[in-house]
Amino acid sequence: MYSEKVMDHFQNPRNVGEIENASGVGTVGNAKCGDIMRIYLDIDDNKVIQDVKFKTFGCGAAVATSSMATELVKGKTVQEALEVTNKAVMEALDGLPPVKVHCSLLAEEAIHAALWDYAEKNGIKIEGLEKPKTDISEEEEEEEY
Amino acid sequence: MGKFVYLDHAATTPARPEVVEAMLPYFTEKFWNPSSVYSPAAENKQVIDQCREQIAQTLGTEGKNIYFTAGGSEADNWALKAAAEAYESKGKHIITSKIEHHAILHTCDYLESKGFEITYIDVDENGILKLDQMEKAIRPDTILISVMFANNEIGTIQPVKEIGEIAKKHGVIFHTDAVQAYGQIPINVDEYGIDMLSASGHKLNGPKGIGFLYIRKGLKLRSFIHGGAQERKRRAGTENVSGIIGLGKAVEIAFDTMEERTAKEREVRDYAIDRILAEIPYCRLNGDRKKRLPNNINISFQFIEGESLLIMLDMAGICASSGSACTSGSLDPSHVLLAIGLPHEIAHGSLRMTLGEETTKEDMDYVIDNLKEIVGKLRSMSPLYEDFVKQSK
Repeated sequence: MYSEKVMDHFQNPRNVGEIENASGVGTVGNAKCGDIMRIYLDIDDNKVIQDVKFKTFGCGAAVATSSMATELVKGKTVQEALEVTNKAVMEALDGLPPVKVHCSLLAEEAIHAALWDYAEKNGIKIEGLEKPKTDISEEEEEEEY
Repeated sequence: MGKFVYLDHAATTPARPEVVEAMLPYFTEKFWNPSSVYSPAAENKQVIDQCREQIAQTLGTEGKNIYFTAGGSEADNWALKAAAEAYESKGKHIITSKIEHHAILHTCDYLESKGFEITYIDVDENGILKLDQMEKAIRPDTILISVMFANNEIGTIQPVKEIGEIAKKHGVIFHTDAVQAYGQIPINVDEYGIDMLSASGHKLNGPKGIGFLYIRKGLKLRSFIHGGAQERKRRAGTENVSGIIGLGKAVEIAFDTMEERTAKEREVRDYAIDRILAEIPYCRLNGDRKKRLPNNINISFQFIEGESLLIMLDMAGICASSGSACTSGSLDPSHVLLAIGLPHEIAHGSLRMTLGEETTKEDMDYVIDNLKEIVGKLRSMSPLYEDFVKQSK
């Protein structure tokens, strides 16, 4: 069902954990739908993401996309991190089964939520970043039926 | 290769070697069509009827009331659709439960689209049907009650005798989907007041693609498949001879060994349940502790998601299943777990392990040791667990 890369990131997830006093934290999804993703960002004065950690409650695809997303944003500037789309995460994982595509949306949304939190805490505006929806899973559900 | 433990016997079971051996000649030298006139073919007709008779005896009925089908889902479809069609002049109301298999629920959806009204009866927190509610739901136009004998996910055994008595009192036909129960629990159709019963071969170490529907004598059900005169003109098509032979053999062994086999399964099951509940925090057993299929374990682990759990178990050579949404292809977790009142997030973290006669305590020790590690690992990366720990501090 899953690609080798997905299995690898599921079995050996990168950057699992928490960051104390993180520059930004974003939590998206809901337990009702079975997916919750939380991303912690440590951003330096030059707006470069020095460290990133995640915690995820969800299926194999949810864990793997979280892991891959953290890899893709690490070392990037805030602006560059914004460009990491769910498509990029999926491509980096060599694809996901169609029913799991919504998991990759969650990863993108979690990063955006963490960036939004960072921007709010620092009173800055990040070009192109919109206030994240608190719950993207429910929207998915509507599309499904 | 490492250890391999198969704990998904409610999904399917391996055919016994004796079953396969019994079937083989009917593919080759005994390939005859049972409907043909010449003597070797007539012999096939005879052995089929012997199997029919043998199955009938396990249910306390006669062979002519057993109709072979291509499996449990077909039997369920037939029972509901044919009863609906045959008795719609009396009424268009059907009663079932909220925890049926999809072969029943989706057939009910179909019947609803054809103008039938379906009432879905609640179950209690252990998955036992609310009998009072069921009796109150019966109306003059109620034609059928369909309630499963035992649940495929949580293993709860229903008060079938009481359901049968209520149905009889009100003159309503009673069908039971016994796909999980048949071969595990003694069933007598007269004693239980069952008018129709569905069963499947591959759940009791028989072949796939064969099952049967018991239909009480006198029920005026029409043909389900039109064509030849097979199955008393009610289910046309050349008989699946090898399948029927295999089913017959599997039933023979299942009933010969039932007492000993299920006693052993119960022991291993209870051993495993006790160990899990004692050694893994924040988990609960789903389904009734006592009124439970001998081989069923269903546990919800808080703060983790079922599919992740299944993949990690698979990597340890352990085959199980889950009521998680992610394994079903929908976004909602199991309707059965929701019906017993579990919140969504707990239903997502459920694990079903269904034992077989070959499952040992040593197997379960291996499984539980792995389970402890995996649940710990998944919790360590769960934001729900993180929140829980922070809140409890």
